Amino acid sequence: MSAELQTNESSKAAGFKLANVFDFLKNHMREYGMLVALVVIVLYFQFETSGVLLQPTNITNVILQNSYIVVMALGMLLVIVAGHIDLSIGSVAAFVGAVAGYMMVKNDYPVIISIAACIAIGAVIGAFQGYWVAFRKIPAFIVTLAGMLIFRGLTLVLLGGSSLGPFPESFSNISRGFISGNEATTGFMSNPLGGADAKLHVMTLIIGLAFAAIIVYLDIVGRKNSRAFNFPVLSTPLFIVKNTAVVAIIMAFCYILASYKGLPNVLLVLIPLIVLYIFVTKKTVIGRRIYALGGNEKAAKLSGVPTDRLTFYTFVNMGVLAAIGGMIFTGRLNSATPKAGDGFELDAIAAVFIGGASASGGIGTIFGVVIGALVMGVLNNGMSIAGVSVDWQQVVKGAVLLIAVYFDVSSKNKA
Amino acid sequence: MSDLLLEMRGITKTFPGVKALNDVNLQVRQAEIHALVGENGAGKSTLMKVLSGVYPHGSYSGEIIFEGQECRFNDISASEKLGIVIIHQELALIPFLSIAENIFLGHETASRGVINWNAAIAKTQALLKKVGLSESPNTLITDIGVGKQQLVEIAKALAKEVKLLILDEPTASLNESDSEALLELLLQFKQQGISSILISHKLNEVSKVADAITVLRDGATIETLDCHKETISEDRIIRGMVGRDLSHRFPPREATIGETMFEVRNWNVYHPLHAERKVVDNVNFNVRKGEIVGIAGLMGSGRTELAMSIFGHAYGKHISGHVYKNGQEIDVRTIQKAIRNGIAYVTEDRKNYGLVLIDGIKNNISLANLPAIANKSVLNEPKELRITNQYRDDLGIRSSSVLQKTVNLSGGNQQKVVLSKWLFANPDILILDEPTRGIDVGAKYEIYTIINKLAQAGKAVIIISSELPEILGMCDRIYVMNEGQIVGEMPAADASQEKIMKCIMQQEVNQQ
Repeated sequence: MSAELQTNESSKAAGFKLANVFDFLKNHMREYGMLVALVVIVLYFQFETSGVLLQPTNITNVILQNSYIVVMALGMLLVIVAGHIDLSIGSVAAFVGAVAGYMMVKNDYPVIISIAACIAIGAVIGAFQGYWVAFRKIPAFIVTLAGMLIFRGLTLVLLGGSSLGPFPESFSNISRGFISGNEATTGFMSNPLGGADAKLHVMTLIIGLAFAAIIVYLDIVGRKNSRAFNFPVLSTPLFIVKNTAVVAIIMAFCYILASYKGLPNVLLVLIPLIVLYIFVTKKTVIGRRIYALGGNEKAAKLSGVPTDRLTFYTFVNMGVLAAIGGMIFTGRLNSATPKAGDGFELDAIAAVFIGGASASGGIGTIFGVVIGALVMGVLNNGMSIAGVSVDWQQVVKGAVLLIAVYFDVSSKNKA
Repeated sequence: MSDLLLEMRGITKTFPGVKALNDVNLQVRQAEIHALVGENGAGKSTLMKVLSGVYPHGSYSGEIIFEGQECRFNDISASEKLGIVIIHQELALIPFLSIAENIFLGHETASRGVINWNAAIAKTQALLKKVGLSESPNTLITDIGVGKQQLVEIAKALAKEVKLLILDEPTASLNESDSEALLELLLQFKQQGISSILISHKLNEVSKVADAITVLRDGATIETLDCHKETISEDRIIRGMVGRDLSHRFPPREATIGETMFEVRNWNVYHPLHAERKVVDNVNFNVRKGEIVGIAGLMGSGRTELAMSIFGHAYGKHISGHVYKNGQEIDVRTIQKAIRNGIAYVTEDRKNYGLVLIDGIKNNISLANLPAIANKSVLNEPKELRITNQYRDDLGIRSSSVLQKTVNLSGGNQQKVVLSKWLFANPDILILDEPTRGIDVGAKYEIYTIINKLAQAGKAVIIISSELPEILGMCDRIYVMNEGQIVGEMPAADASQEKIMKCIMQQEVNQQ
């Protein structure tokens, strides 16, 4: 901490210096280490796939492929921070998909009512598992292992071994469609940077600009607050560099999306959820209490934190997000299948740990989780395009998980 | 000097940025009890880690001479081979293994990996007899008290054919009679020619048993006092430790005592697992506004259980009785309700029950009263920073900033963070359980000053402590507890250590 302060003060005097950039990177290695790894992985596959990876079609694909994992990983982070684990979410996602199929495909219930019912079912499942963990003190590993079997079984019962589909378009469009509409014809302008046929989706760019503006604004406010308390902040040049980079990345991303079909609908679910959970974990009483609970349950309890109730709520929350993830996945396949969601729990857990969460609870960030999920997603996608067989993909993913957590543990030991 | 067992010469050990030991010298004779005293952070534990080989040869400078031979230990097993055994403050016993299994853990009486249990148990029996324990070797560690566990640790050391026994704060968690027994044992070992190095904050024990006392301060040897040439008073030792005369160990205070503020009537608590065991038995007591009340008693007398059961039924089962605040009965059935009714409980075990060690000072201080820094459950971080910085300055929490993790703070500063947490919750009644356990003399004084300020601000304060001088020095009125009952009550002016002990003993006699 004091090293950072000094860096900060000396940089004020000396202005922008390369040494300051190195110091900054060194001090934030843990925070940004995975981000750097993600960039390296992206660049590697961009090269290895001769530029296919970052093409608009493929970027859109990566988002669609990983959206449901990210959604579930958000809930998994809270569960893991609270000091537990949830192995059941793949089965829960499949079960909710089956319920969605039963309601919308078999019985033609309205889409809105079906979605609401699915979310409610997720909450009930979460409450059921949370009850055993929080109030009956059965280890989450065991409760959710049981849940994994129970809800996989119920999925099979409900589907009777066959698939249900196709779904109404208004449902499957949530995970497959774009804000420009399915045909992707309206709201485009010609691309000044591209050839004669190149087009850009205007609304996508506007949304991107607005989003970037909000992020920069929040960063400026946060820096002002830290300054008021003489806390270490980035020097002005570094701060400008950082924010310029953030805006550039967001706009480049939106530009790529805009030059294909525009913003996928699923991002309109995903980004608000990510923002919501960043807010909950960092800025609210309940978020702070979950971290305290995971950090030291006994101390939290003796400080008046309702630990049992909080544990219960993290599982309810997990159930709801598993249901949302299940629906997104079902919509993307456009059918409810008995094998859906197989192994999702492991992908979500891996994303959380790659993102720097501690297996003993109390540590972990939403930002890290999103990066972790992207690392796994880009690895999957990049290796598929590069023609690596599925068997070897598993080996690589396992190795990445192990190495990522090893770096995290060893850097913690040094600190 | 042929009777020297151990000589450490010019030991210097540096950690990145700090010199933990600077040219330290220590000489221990054959068959001597050598006390090592100093404030927290003076370097006692570091010195013992150098001696036992935790810090291997080469990571420090200086030399260690044991029985006339220069030693270069690379790890603990190398020093143990020569008969130097260290017993750490935190006991290293495995709770769900038996006494015999623990004693021979790491050097089992085995041939080719198969354990000869008969030999192990026979040896254990002999060792237990030496340390005065009558337990069966098959008893699980979890089933015996802390005092006996400490003796098992010593038996474990004896099994290694010890010549020099190092004890780091062995009596910190023991009650008076267990401490007494342990010190007696050290004296017996001395007769048998085994030397000990005793690290302790309890200076009365040190002056009772030590043959020589080495004082460390800020990583340097200040002096070695020979207890046979002159009688060494506690004040004399303290002067060496803090570098100045501490004329008052307790800050002065003008007590202004008001109406009865807090009262507990007919309080009964049963053990959470053994439902037939009554842990607190029909206890009645009261505290007035601005008063500091002490609860004295041996470890295991039910003091902590009493306090925790009042604090939101955090301990025990089938709790019955009534709690009144300012004459009105209040509901304390959950911790949240107890806090809302203005009760705070500062735990005796700050690492496990008081702090979220992986979190910073700021998050720990605000934890018990988050709604006060939140607007409709959204945290107001500038406000939180302002308030926690205020506590850091007011209580003198030495740290780089309020964001520093509490795991890296010294015991005294950790305790100040726990106190800050409860001050921020703004209670009317404070229950302080062993508020200065494991804290050095200087920090103790600061904690006492804070407690006095609280009483002056009109709060009702209850201090639970095993250290009778602390109870006598701080309190206005004293309750004595034994076997779950209040067995005596006396104004501090009339009280003495003997009187309190007599209260406890009398009840023991009455019961028989």
